[in-house]
Amino acid sequence: MNNPQQLRYSKEHEWLSAADADGVATVGITEFAANALGDVVFAQLPEVGAAVTAGDSCGELESTKSVSDLYSPVTGEVVEANQDVVDDPSLVNSAPFEGGWLFKVRVSAEPADLMSTDEYTAFTAGEES
Amino acid sequence: MSSTELRHTALDAVHRSLGATMTDFAGWDMPLRYGSERDEHLAVRTRAGLFDLSHMGEITVTGAEAAALLDFALVGNIASVGVGRARYTMICRADGGILDDLIVYRLAETEYMVVANASNAQVVLDALAERAAGFDAEVRDDRDAYALIAVQGPESPGILKSLTDADLDGLKYYAGLPGTVAGVPALIARTGYTGEDGFELFVKPEHAVRLWQALTAAGEGVGLVPCGLSCRDTLRLEAGMPLYGHELSTSLTPFDAGLGRVVKFEKDGDFVGREALAQAAERAASEPPRVLVGLIAEGRRVPRAGYAVVAGGRVIGEVTSGAPSPTLGKPIAMAYVDAAHAASGTEGVGVDIRGSHEPYEVVALPFYKRQK
Repeated sequence: MNNPQQLRYSKEHEWLSAADADGVATVGITEFAANALGDVVFAQLPEVGAAVTAGDSCGELESTKSVSDLYSPVTGEVVEANQDVVDDPSLVNSAPFEGGWLFKVRVSAEPADLMSTDEYTAFTAGEES
Repeated sequence: MSSTELRHTALDAVHRSLGATMTDFAGWDMPLRYGSERDEHLAVRTRAGLFDLSHMGEITVTGAEAAALLDFALVGNIASVGVGRARYTMICRADGGILDDLIVYRLAETEYMVVANASNAQVVLDALAERAAGFDAEVRDDRDAYALIAVQGPESPGILKSLTDADLDGLKYYAGLPGTVAGVPALIARTGYTGEDGFELFVKPEHAVRLWQALTAAGEGVGLVPCGLSCRDTLRLEAGMPLYGHELSTSLTPFDAGLGRVVKFEKDGDFVGREALAQAAERAASEPPRVLVGLIAEGRRVPRAGYAVVAGGRVIGEVTSGAPSPTLGKPIAMAYVDAAHAASGTEGVGVDIRGSHEPYEVVALPFYKRQK
């Protein structure tokens, strides 16, 4: 499993892109998380304008077997939710780091414990065994 | 249970080499899925799927009074099952509560194989051994004597035909015959838990890998894929088949579960649960208990076991199994609901999905029936 180098990662298996010039970063779940969930069949994403808090639930992902909370890796305001994923939740499985992104957030604060790619890869290796 | 205590089937190394996601199922380390469970499900509906079901519990009953013992111990009329045929039945407690649902194969005049759910195999074995007192019959634990491989789906007869000389055309649904498949001795049964045509092959564990590989090779050209327990669950749910621990339990009689037809009061002699079940049958006719129905979502949120079924702001039932249905493209569920809300098309029924009442359509089971 290849976790892209340019991203950072949360312990809840969300990824966060580097913020653009407007301070907006993209959030998704990792391939590790998507594989653990199985086929995602329903995504309830936070609404545009919603305030999200790092580590708090901001939506739901349903798979065949279970429903999982979606956590925000940072604190900020949601500026876009991925309508493509709402229409076709399988994008989360087929392209978790690309077309399966979940929402964009204008970051106001980020926690200190976001992981680098290498740290996250080591973190998931520990969860697999 | 920690992973060191889990039991592994004879096909464990095969599953790992295929990259299966494994899960603890009734103390067994079983394949949950190999890739996408939705793709596996659709393969079984349209082509064929290959399953390792070696966790199922086989119990052999032999002896001059084997039939008499099973007629006493189980609710079905087992003596009437012909040699080479199989029967879906149940084993109940004296109070009528369901201990397990079973398939009983009559292998010979005085030899039967009882197949129990993995989670209940020990309970069934203990009950049969206890109920065998006074009968000229032997109850044998054969759980370790068999691996069980199922090939299910419309392409399964063609796949199996290429590997055996056995008369598959003469093998009816719920029949089983001994034969040779891919060079290994097997009990070939036309049974399954998917709603499709298909076969279950009971073989010695040391032959399981060879049979699996031969079936894989034979199915390659027609789209056979390995399938895990996740799609087995959605396949049986669409087919309206009950799962012990969900639709069936010791607190329900077969009549409560809408399966009173498996109880054969007309058979000779007494059987465990007869009196309680006769009362349960009367109760079901006069004041129907909750009824097992199908629910189809109007939205996309998935009902799960234990969620409340609601109508007019009141709880009227409980979901026993729920999943997104790959065939219907919508979430579906089985649920026990009050009789007043059980008719197909009943308006205003919903499921409480984490606090929000989502609208659902009440339908008769099954959700899916194959075209023959």
